[in-house]
Amino acid sequence: MAKTALKAGSRFKSAVSDAQVMIVKAPAGEFELGCGGIAMVGGTAAAPEGVALAAGDAGEVLIGKRYVNADESLEMLCTKGGKGTLSLDGVALEIKQAKQLPSSD
Amino acid sequence: MNIATILDMAAEAFGDRVAVACGDSRYTYAELREAAYRAAAAIKASNAQYVALLDVTSPAAPIAIFAAAFAGVPYVPLNYRLTKPELNELIERVAPAYLITTPEYAKLLEPREGVQIVDREAFLSLPATDAPLPEIGDDPRAVAVQLFTSGTTGKPKAAILRHENLMSYIVGTVEFASAEEDDGIIVTVPPYHIAGISAVLSSTYACRRMVQLEGFEAKAWLAACREHKVSNAFLVPTMIQRIVEHLTEISEDANLPALRALAYGGGKMPLSTIQKAMSLLPHVDFTNAYGLTETSSTIAVLGPDDHRAAALSNDPAIRRRLGSVGKPGAVELEIRDDNGKVLGAEEAGLVFVRGPQVSGEYLQQGSQLDADGWFPTKDRGYLDAEGYLFLDGRSDDVIVRGGENISPGEIEDVLLSHPAVADAAVVAMPDEQWGEGVAAAIVLKPGASADVAELQELVKGKLRSSRVPQKIIFKDALPYNELGKILRRLIRQDFI
Repeated sequence: MAKTALKAGSRFKSAVSDAQVMIVKAPAGEFELGCGGIAMVGGTAAAPEGVALAAGDAGEVLIGKRYVNADESLEMLCTKGGKGTLSLDGVALEIKQAKQLPSSD
Repeated sequence: MNIATILDMAAEAFGDRVAVACGDSRYTYAELREAAYRAAAAIKASNAQYVALLDVTSPAAPIAIFAAAFAGVPYVPLNYRLTKPELNELIERVAPAYLITTPEYAKLLEPREGVQIVDREAFLSLPATDAPLPEIGDDPRAVAVQLFTSGTTGKPKAAILRHENLMSYIVGTVEFASAEEDDGIIVTVPPYHIAGISAVLSSTYACRRMVQLEGFEAKAWLAACREHKVSNAFLVPTMIQRIVEHLTEISEDANLPALRALAYGGGKMPLSTIQKAMSLLPHVDFTNAYGLTETSSTIAVLGPDDHRAAALSNDPAIRRRLGSVGKPGAVELEIRDDNGKVLGAEEAGLVFVRGPQVSGEYLQQGSQLDADGWFPTKDRGYLDAEGYLFLDGRSDDVIVRGGENISPGEIEDVLLSHPAVADAAVVAMPDEQWGEGVAAAIVLKPGASADVAELQELVKGKLRSSRVPQKIIFKDALPYNELGKILRRLIRQDFI
């Protein structure tokens, strides 16, 4: 995908695995989201053909985990797990540690 | 961002796990999603703008919550204890609607164009359709849930919670799939209460089995906990009180070996009740959750460690935390005075909160947030030096006596400390000299006696003379709503 604006609520899927994410919050501007070294595609768009997971990417996107960039201006939720490392403009994203509260409801 | 994602994820990750157990009926997470899909197709076909539920707790509640989200319309659970005119007025405000109910409640409804009444049993047995799977909406600003406030001061207000409010609450405070295979939660607040809705969302996100009871009764609750090996529970303080009374009466052990965590909220917890509950259930982790409809549920929690530390401490500053609602969770919190100045520790004022889970919005009245995004909860309270929040009643309940703000809570606590007093409520009464004066309604314990002068003397000795109720009346019982909230407006009428 060309660089695109990221909006809270929008969904992207990996072009190389089953992984899917939902944007929780995003900085202003245009960015490229990647998974396994290949640009992710917007919710309903078809995945490009002939692309493959980057060699040596042993990463795995885990369902229910939140992924953030270094300053946490971008946060996404993995809604479906799959292979590949998530990235924003080529920089790998990290898992955000949940601020879990004692179960209150 | 859409709360339907929560069910989608649970069904993907733990489709075979039991999601809902109610009587003999069971739904796995995959079946719950399938039922929500079918319902969403029916809702879409009806062209309804709202999905309303007028019913006690049943599997129809979680199905309707998610089906409404899949269909892209708000979910509106209605209070089945309202009178016929009240109910019909609310239904008029949500038409055209897809209204799920039972024959018993359907009798109360006037026929209305645009309102499709669907029997609960029919709703639970909708046939599969060829309709394509619903595309989950991605507008984070879409309204997920609309709840009518109880309307104690006027017409009920329609509080709206957007998908972004609820999702940020769930994603920010619950770890996905954190429940163990055998975990189960029992929630006995009605479906129209915010705690009932957030429990469905939290439990689904945690992939935890939900055990449903139609209503609350202490004996039935204990039996259900044992039968379903319930590990987590949510109760309002009045329900805990009933359980404590029941266990004390039959003088038996609680016998709830599977129960690990008990959360409570939705009203003030009497100190003596939580102390008794902790001693009857020493192995259980207690959590006090403070929240409002307008904040998508919980904003502060007093966790299990805080409960134990407070109960065991000899330091009065730590011991009193058993009466606190704990520290803010995923929101910022400030105490402000009447002029908006932010107050320091131990200074009582108005509680303000800010954060993505805070909607603070009503359909007709609009957003109540200030320019910087802060929501006035209208609760009064103060923070201690370590940030524990103590609540002190609603700002509407404050008695303004000659310019001095008097909070009913502290006077009630003193009155309740009298051995003959079973219950006490302090309210404002008209006073020519002071504008408002302090009045108290007292319920005495059976066979006990106390006179007015004695109670006035007690308050004078512990507080100061401005706090002394100038009029005290004795009653057989005080009026509460069905969730144990005291109805002060009714008590005030006794002093006019």
